[in-house]
Amino acid sequence: MNELPDKAGCLALYRDMLRIRRFEERCGELYKEQKIRGFLHLYIGEEAIATAVVMHLDQRDAVVATYREHGHALVRGLPMRSVMAEMFGKVDGCSRGRGGSMHLFSAAHQFYGGHAIVGGGLPVAAGLALARRRVGEGGLAACFFGEGAAAEGEFHEALNLAELWHLPVLFICENNRYAMGTALERSQSEPDIHAKAASYRIASEWVDGMDVVAVAEAAERAVAAVRGSGDPFFLECRTYRFRAHSMFDPELYRPKEEVEEWRRKGPLVTFQRRLEEAGLLNEDELEALEREVAREIEDAVAFAEQSPFEDVADLARDVYTPRTAT
Amino acid sequence: MKKSYREALHDAHAEALRDDPRVFLVGEDVGRYGGAYAVSKGLLELFGPERIMDAPLSESGFTGLGVGAALGGLRPIVEIMTVNFSLLALDQIVNGAATIRYMSGGAFSVPLVVRMATGGGRQLAAQHSHSLEGWYAHVPGLRVVAPATVADARGMLATALADPDPVIIFEHVGLFAVTDELPELPQAVDIDRAAVRRAGSDVSLITFGGSLPKTLEAAEALAAEGIDAEVLDLRTLRPLDVEAILATVTKTHRVVIVDEMWRTGSFAGEIAALLAERAFFELDAPIRRVCSEEVPMPYARHLEQAALPAVAGIVSAAREVVGDHE
Repeated sequence: MNELPDKAGCLALYRDMLRIRRFEERCGELYKEQKIRGFLHLYIGEEAIATAVVMHLDQRDAVVATYREHGHALVRGLPMRSVMAEMFGKVDGCSRGRGGSMHLFSAAHQFYGGHAIVGGGLPVAAGLALARRRVGEGGLAACFFGEGAAAEGEFHEALNLAELWHLPVLFICENNRYAMGTALERSQSEPDIHAKAASYRIASEWVDGMDVVAVAEAAERAVAAVRGSGDPFFLECRTYRFRAHSMFDPELYRPKEEVEEWRRKGPLVTFQRRLEEAGLLNEDELEALEREVAREIEDAVAFAEQSPFEDVADLARDVYTPRTAT
Repeated sequence: MKKSYREALHDAHAEALRDDPRVFLVGEDVGRYGGAYAVSKGLLELFGPERIMDAPLSESGFTGLGVGAALGGLRPIVEIMTVNFSLLALDQIVNGAATIRYMSGGAFSVPLVVRMATGGGRQLAAQHSHSLEGWYAHVPGLRVVAPATVADARGMLATALADPDPVIIFEHVGLFAVTDELPELPQAVDIDRAAVRRAGSDVSLITFGGSLPKTLEAAEALAAEGIDAEVLDLRTLRPLDVEAILATVTKTHRVVIVDEMWRTGSFAGEIAALLAERAFFELDAPIRRVCSEEVPMPYARHLEQAALPAVAGIVSAAREVVGDHE
């Protein structure tokens, strides 16, 4: 068993995961109320990864994520209000209501989406890393994707380019075992994803993605490796999605018992137990955290509710950059 | 000073690389080989491998890398060997470069230039010879230009690089060896405006890219018969210079559109629809289109020539529309 950080560090990890969990549970409710529409992909069960990786990044770094990116956006520092307003399709959303749940962006946070073409973000991250290298300030590009991406050509092209050209990319594979409804073993001749990265000579390791401390330790090593060498690193985090792929998914492809078994290994429940056993989290502190998070979420919902929709007259705004902006 | 289209492109690259340290060229065989069409010959020696990057055969990978590098503050020029190969990079161009500005609510622009060879006439058969400019022109968020003259080949790259949004440049394979006089000092090119290449009063021949020389030749043949043709070179397919199109038709009242795309779904179809909507009462004769025959490009020379728009076909179409009302 790995060693726990100090109490403040532990509570920060727990709080960040709890914040994502409760935010997304609320999003699920808002979806049923039809406040949020379109596709909604929940990260519930996988919170340890974004929490423990993004904490090691700084403002020099770029983040590229997928359509299951609410958690990454929140821990990267995008205000919850702007993320919720985006889900509501409102003009105060981080993408002005143009992107929705799948396309969260923020220049201030160097958060480059929100990509809903599986594998499409990897070459983009390689390019961001190239730009970071040219600037020469030690920044890197952190690229999150699921194990489903490993079947795409763009995954292999990007891994090859990153190692060949020594690009500072931190690849983080969130292996939740299912590409929508297709199990890993049914889609990969080599189901060991981190071995694929090794075949491109990229330094790689895998970690228990349900153990937030283990992910934090691995991510710290990985970030240091990329900054130190300027070369890519591949971190596979083995995890599980507790909820359906999206809100339209009847989950015919996996047994309920399997989901239940993984829920018992969940990142929040196991970390909470561990903190309680170590005397680092008592009931009062837990309640205070829950209250704090609930307050923030209700504030974000109220903000999203009152935020206006964009004027239809602005429909064509930002198809192109205003010429005066350059 | 006499220069070929190829030399003009080469000089434009050298100038851009010299003037802006953010500019780099990436593509297959752009370095040691000197470019499939020799456009970048000698640039590796002048600017080094960081600025002239020989990419592995991974169109989606290095085009996506260009998207990321553009997002990260660089000014990439991505060379794709032919439009047919660009289909492997379509995801990054259409789902990525074209959407990011809009999808992010204006958070990010993608100042990317993608160049590719297009068109037939060199007996390269059905996987190296097609004209798909209109496919790209279909996509909001892109700018699509087709330099048809040596001067435009020299000037359009700088204009494209100054553009804050993705620009696709189509270079027709039949034009590389064309030569023309160029001024010593490079001229800025306004890529938003079509150009009247030959003034005339009886019929408007509207075209772009590799079909311009054929169309001008047809205009000369028509002049010998007493038909005074105006030749409009669109230059930019998106955004389209609607005013210039309406102006020439308002002047001549008769139109032939020459486009190397297949007739069904061709860019010529878009021009014809535009005229039907906006200039119906200006027309004194039905619109005629001269396009490629609806076959994959054949190898044998006589078949290929029969498949492509030809001077004789343009001449007879023009005769028909002029004769229709006399």
